[in-house]
Amino acid sequence: MSLLQIRGVSKAFGSLIAVNNVTLDIEPGELRAVIGPNGAGKTTFFNLITGFFPPTSGQILLDGKDITRATAVERIRMGMARTFQITQIFPELTTRENIQIAAETAMGFRLRTWLSRAERAAVSSRIEETLVAARLTEQADRLVGELSHGDQRSAEIAMALALKPRILLLDEPTAGMGEQETFQVAGLIRRLHKHTGYTIMLVEHDMRVVFNLADRIVVLTEGTMLAEGTPREIADNPAVQAAYLGTAE
Amino acid sequence: MSTTTAPQTAVAAAPGQRWLHLVAIWAFLIAAPLWMGHIGGYDALYSRILIFGLAAMGLNLLLGFTGMMSFGHAAYFGLGAYGAGFVLRYWIHSTPLAILCGILLGTVFGVIFGALMMRRTGIYFAMLTIAFSQICYYFAYSWNSVTGGYDGLRGFTRAPLHFGSYVIDIRDNGLVFYYFVLAIFFVCTALMGALLRSPLGRTMIALRENPQRARFLGIPNEQHVWIAFAISTLFTSVAGALYALLNNFADPTALYYVISGNIVIMAVLGGMLNFWGPLLGAAVFVWLEDYISSQTVNWMSFIGVIFVVVVLFFPRGLLGFVKRRSA
Repeated sequence: MSLLQIRGVSKAFGSLIAVNNVTLDIEPGELRAVIGPNGAGKTTFFNLITGFFPPTSGQILLDGKDITRATAVERIRMGMARTFQITQIFPELTTRENIQIAAETAMGFRLRTWLSRAERAAVSSRIEETLVAARLTEQADRLVGELSHGDQRSAEIAMALALKPRILLLDEPTAGMGEQETFQVAGLIRRLHKHTGYTIMLVEHDMRVVFNLADRIVVLTEGTMLAEGTPREIADNPAVQAAYLGTAE
Repeated sequence: MSTTTAPQTAVAAAPGQRWLHLVAIWAFLIAAPLWMGHIGGYDALYSRILIFGLAAMGLNLLLGFTGMMSFGHAAYFGLGAYGAGFVLRYWIHSTPLAILCGILLGTVFGVIFGALMMRRTGIYFAMLTIAFSQICYYFAYSWNSVTGGYDGLRGFTRAPLHFGSYVIDIRDNGLVFYYFVLAIFFVCTALMGALLRSPLGRTMIALRENPQRARFLGIPNEQHVWIAFAISTLFTSVAGALYALLNNFADPTALYYVISGNIVIMAVLGGMLNFWGPLLGAAVFVWLEDYISSQTVNWMSFIGVIFVVVVLFFPRGLLGFVKRRSA
């Protein structure tokens, strides 16, 4: 069964239809990219899935359970984790503390004023494991607000990983980054997908990133799904070329 | 690897250094009455500094550590004072019970008001805190038969502490009372410190740093704002109860918004990103108030100027400035 099922989802802001009747399924272990020109409704689509706001119509299922009306916090408890187009971190805390807050919340300790030795050890090992996965061990005790853009993005992804999500949702993970940093973040996403088997859905603007990473690609234009397929199929699709590739490059 | 977090997040101190700071602070507080008389101090003044320091540190759990503005903490300070006063005046001559009931009265209202405003943020939250505190003020002001109205609640004195046959006279000896206040201050700061080093405390800091990120890690912001608010009012009402014991008196000005403002000024003056900042702010504020008000009735304008200078030139407060320098 598909991990995430999106059934005819639409979102209207007044008379503007930002997302129009989109249907897609994401399989476990898949890396799916959603692309489209500016204003295609990518971020709105993303916000619908993560519970930022509810859809006007349609249905979203995670693991077969209807989450269309679930709050963001409920979705996260059910195994969703997301990052933002503009990196969202706790800038005046260290990388370790950023990950620690995520880990403690995911492990159900957020209301606790005291942890047993065993619980502290469990938190600690999840932090270390996450630092290694995101290659941030050397930056662990630095304030995350002082890291490079690439490392900040890695730290944000690490916070999502510390939740041990079933599906990782990344909103333009390489937005506003230079060559080197894009390479770093794309590398991290590839490792998570290939080596750790995470199910990932990402919205992306940078075409090179997407074509190198994704198993399958969805193209949105004006809120509507224009095409879906492997990177090869998408690159060869004349409608996509006309709508998007032709104007982007 | 250590998983503990220094609450002074902006300028993280090494663990060894932190112990050194703690030893220095406590040595100072314990020794203060022994020598500060030479520079114009007296027992009731030191107690007042500790009491307002505690009120400001309580507020600062919300202001500096959760990032929510409250301009209405006088409500919980005043309710703490009245709660303690009611017990001594109407019920039983017991200092511990007076303090407990003061805490209870202040915190119960903190929990109720907190529930009503936890969904608001920013200026709306701040406005509600003022509104609720003014409601408490007018209640105390108008309910003559119980609160003594404008004249305040009088006719009670703090009771000596009894431990079996052993009696500690906190009633007539101001110095002993100071150490009694210091003992309670110690317990409260130890609890606050432990809170900020706990998972719950870290969620508060997470809310300050980035509420949206916190929510999308699975932290329900409203619930945590509510808890932070309630805990914050608890410590401020402890201070209020002690204030009634110090003065043997509780009056509506303890609930007035001017007190709320003063507590905020103390926290900002001392440095609200620093755990001990509000205590320093309270010391400077209370001391200046005491000294300047003996020279001129316009003491508040001097405090105002000092506050403006601090905010303009040391945006992290006095302690934030000192720590920056030494770091």
